Amino acid sequence: MAVTASPVVGFDPRALRARFPILGRQVHGHPLVYLDNAATTQKPDTVLAALASYYTTSNANVHRGVHTLAEEATALYERCRARVAGFVNAPDERGVVIVRNATEAINLVARSWGATLAHGDEVLLSEMEHHSNLVPWIMLARERGVTLRHVPITADGRLDMGAFALLLSPRTRIVSLTAMSNVLGTINPIAEIAAAAHRVGAVMVVDGAQSVPHMPVDFQALGADFLAFSAHKMYGPTGVGFLVAKPELLERMEPVAGGGEMIREVRLDSATWNDIPHKFEAGTPNIADAAAFPAALDLLDEVGMPAVRAHERDLVGYALERLRSLGWLQIHGPAEADARGGLVSFVDPEIHPHDLAQVLDTRGIAVRAGHHCAQPLMRRLDVAATARASFGIYNDRDDVDALVDGLAAARNYFGLANK
Amino acid sequence: MVDRPDVALDDLYREVVMDHHRRPRGRAPLGRVDATAHGFNPVCGDEVVIALALDGDRVTGVQVQGRGCAICTASGSMMAEMIPGHTAAEAEATAEAFRAVMHGAPAPAGAELGDLEALEGVRKFAVRVKCAMLPWVTLNDALKAWRGGSTEATSTTEAQEAER
Ligand SMILES: Cc1ncc(COP(=O)(O)O)c(C=O)c1O
Repeated sequence: MAVTASPVVGFDPRALRARFPILGRQVHGHPLVYLDNAATTQKPDTVLAALASYYTTSNANVHRGVHTLAEEATALYERCRARVAGFVNAPDERGVVIVRNATEAINLVARSWGATLAHGDEVLLSEMEHHSNLVPWIMLARERGVTLRHVPITADGRLDMGAFALLLSPRTRIVSLTAMSNVLGTINPIAEIAAAAHRVGAVMVVDGAQSVPHMPVDFQALGADFLAFSAHKMYGPTGVGFLVAKPELLERMEPVAGGGEMIREVRLDSATWNDIPHKFEAGTPNIADAAAFPAALDLLDEVGMPAVRAHERDLVGYALERLRSLGWLQIHGPAEADARGGLVSFVDPEIHPHDLAQVLDTRGIAVRAGHHCAQPLMRRLDVAATARASFGIYNDRDDVDALVDGLAAARNYFGLANK
Repeated sequence: MVDRPDVALDDLYREVVMDHHRRPRGRAPLGRVDATAHGFNPVCGDEVVIALALDGDRVTGVQVQGRGCAICTASGSMMAEMIPGHTAAEAEATAEAFRAVMHGAPAPAGAELGDLEALEGVRKFAVRVKCAMLPWVTLNDALKAWRGGSTEATSTTEAQEAER
């Protein structure tokens, strides 16, 4: 499926924008300023073309036919697996399970690896986790009497590493943490944490939903055992996500869903499992979206993940500086741009985030307002909600300027002084 | 393309709404409390706590607390102003009439919506309807608990809207 991409000249976010058709639209008469990339990113024309091309030329079910289309569809689906393995430096393609999203990947670990835990064993999480990395463990705790522990955060929104050292113990069987907070932006020291987890015999689960799309991530260098992320947050289609794992761990795990594709031999009352990773992929998978995803990885490779990170680091630094200069915002998360990924959460103490986002929307600016699926963190920060601007490869400083102007306009609209 | 060229902020934040938002009524504690409910909108994290004083089946006092957006705050403030002096059944009828209006239906004949009419524009903003409804679903729960002989209830916008 030859997907031809027009070469990006250097790395000019404005030029990249031309490759994302949706960014050409207007919202309420204004050009769209899309600053909700942590929720989901927009899709380049190459991904859209790959999706159409899959259905136009190669649609068939995978792993179950000798005809040409079935072979092509299987090759495309498996190509996604191979590309993902290379993208995050997985030890082996067999360690890449294709699922629906990061949430499903974490649930798979919690259900399957979690089944090896017993009453009194501990799972170590943190106060800054997304519900996706809290609720599967709460379910496990209910089922198996496992104890959940949470690393607190410091006043500037980082993991309290002193507390982490105290919470980690030989009872800790699983450490599961986000590599980058979707609210605070904090980038966590995962390699250091994984090494400590291994010293007590725990496995390290990394929620990479926000890190894999925005910085170079090397599964092996991190020392992770499991890494979860979603294609839709990295310029790919919705409905595809990945659990990258050490193959030897997957070998020891039981599947959590049974059906077609995941079996080797089935009798009326017994069955044996297929090899990894297929034993975790019951039923017809999301072939089309998996087939289209490599086009998004091609774009990220073309730009280069170090360049993506450098660009977003620059943008978040600029945004922090401009937002601070307004003088009336509470800004959450670490003060230094180096410690954070490309997003900023903030609160105007006199305008509820919903109202703020509503005013921004009338100016074509899309930001997220709410609890960002992190209610425990909201409680910890003592806010009901925050507004969040999150950046992607097509954003630039003009977008930050538009946001800042919009925040000032909101105060005018609500009759508040721009101190 | 789903554009909403007709979307005007002033439709949402009418003067009456802004007045209630800036100076919310019904914040003061009640002398006695016969029923309370805690309402929560899981979509945005907004919270409302309602306390009621009743004399027989007549509501004599309403206190609304919590943290919500302008729409939620204004809606709760209007409620605190409208409900005292009315019976529990009348309060529930008002909640029902307001719900109908928020979902695009005409107000039932004879319904007195008062300042709530200024929230009519909210229905053009689908996600904000829950903000306006939160105080009212919470009121319903407080009254339900009171009828059931208990004084406390917890509700979510999801739960009551889903019951429909
Ligand atoms: C840190 C983090 N973890 C997990 C998720 C869940 O991703 P998904 O909804 O694609 O499963 C998100 C997305 O919002 C996230 O930001």
